[in-house]
Amino acid sequence: MEIFEIVTYFILLALLSTAIRVVTTSNVIHAAISLVFTLALTAILFLILSTEFVALVLVLVYIGAVIVLFLFGIMITRAPLGKNAELDNDKNKKLGAAISGAIFLLFSYILINGFNGNVTITSGSSTELLGEILLTRFIFPFELVSFVLLAALIGGITLARKDEALIDEDQV
Amino acid sequence: MIVQPVLVVAAALFSLGIYGILVRRNAVMVLLSIELILNSVNINFIMFDTMLADTLMQGQIFTIFIITIAAAEVGIGLAIVLMLFRNRQTANINEFDLMKW
Repeated sequence: MEIFEIVTYFILLALLSTAIRVVTTSNVIHAAISLVFTLALTAILFLILSTEFVALVLVLVYIGAVIVLFLFGIMITRAPLGKNAELDNDKNKKLGAAISGAIFLLFSYILINGFNGNVTITSGSSTELLGEILLTRFIFPFELVSFVLLAALIGGITLARKDEALIDEDQV
Repeated sequence: MIVQPVLVVAAALFSLGIYGILVRRNAVMVLLSIELILNSVNINFIMFDTMLADTLMQGQIFTIFIITIAAAEVGIGLAIVLMLFRNRQTANINEFDLMKW
């Protein structure tokens, strides 16, 4: 079990450094790519914690779909590629650092004092049981989430497409 | 394995996301920071699920729901940013002051 702990500490350090890079880099594409690394390291952490189905869902949905959507968003909104000094609001930097530092100190104080436990890493799959629970005990939220996805799909299309009728009205 | 380092790193990811939301000027970058926050919540859920060894696996199930809602949120958010960009020719958050008093 000792090797697991060393690997976990390395992953946590890498997670922190890539997350810092997401919020501090002055290059929009680099921020998106750093988020890919953050999510991949999170998936590895989930694999270590023996929740393999969630790790695979994270890789599929986040790295496969959400990041691609982000890259499309960056390119469509014509964000200046390359280094961009205008990306950060320098006025807010001190205030943002103070607020996020306070939140971090508060959360870590509560978490360190409140939860003290050991996790035993077990091998073996939990995916079969997870699917059974998801489709019996949690069937109503599951169906509700699929409805939410449909609503988001329709809403996204309606928002993003050009409304020809509206443009005609403006011209008249 | 001790649980506290993972929880503290999750808290650090959360505060980094807050920092990104407060400091970034580009609307797409703010959405990226929101993803960071959701990711830290996922790490917390999975850690507690493994720690408590819940028979109903509620931590994993909630994480799957959060990932789904996050995907929907990104789609809607980017559609809104796209529409604002089409109307204002910029994705700069400081310029979106239509609803500011």
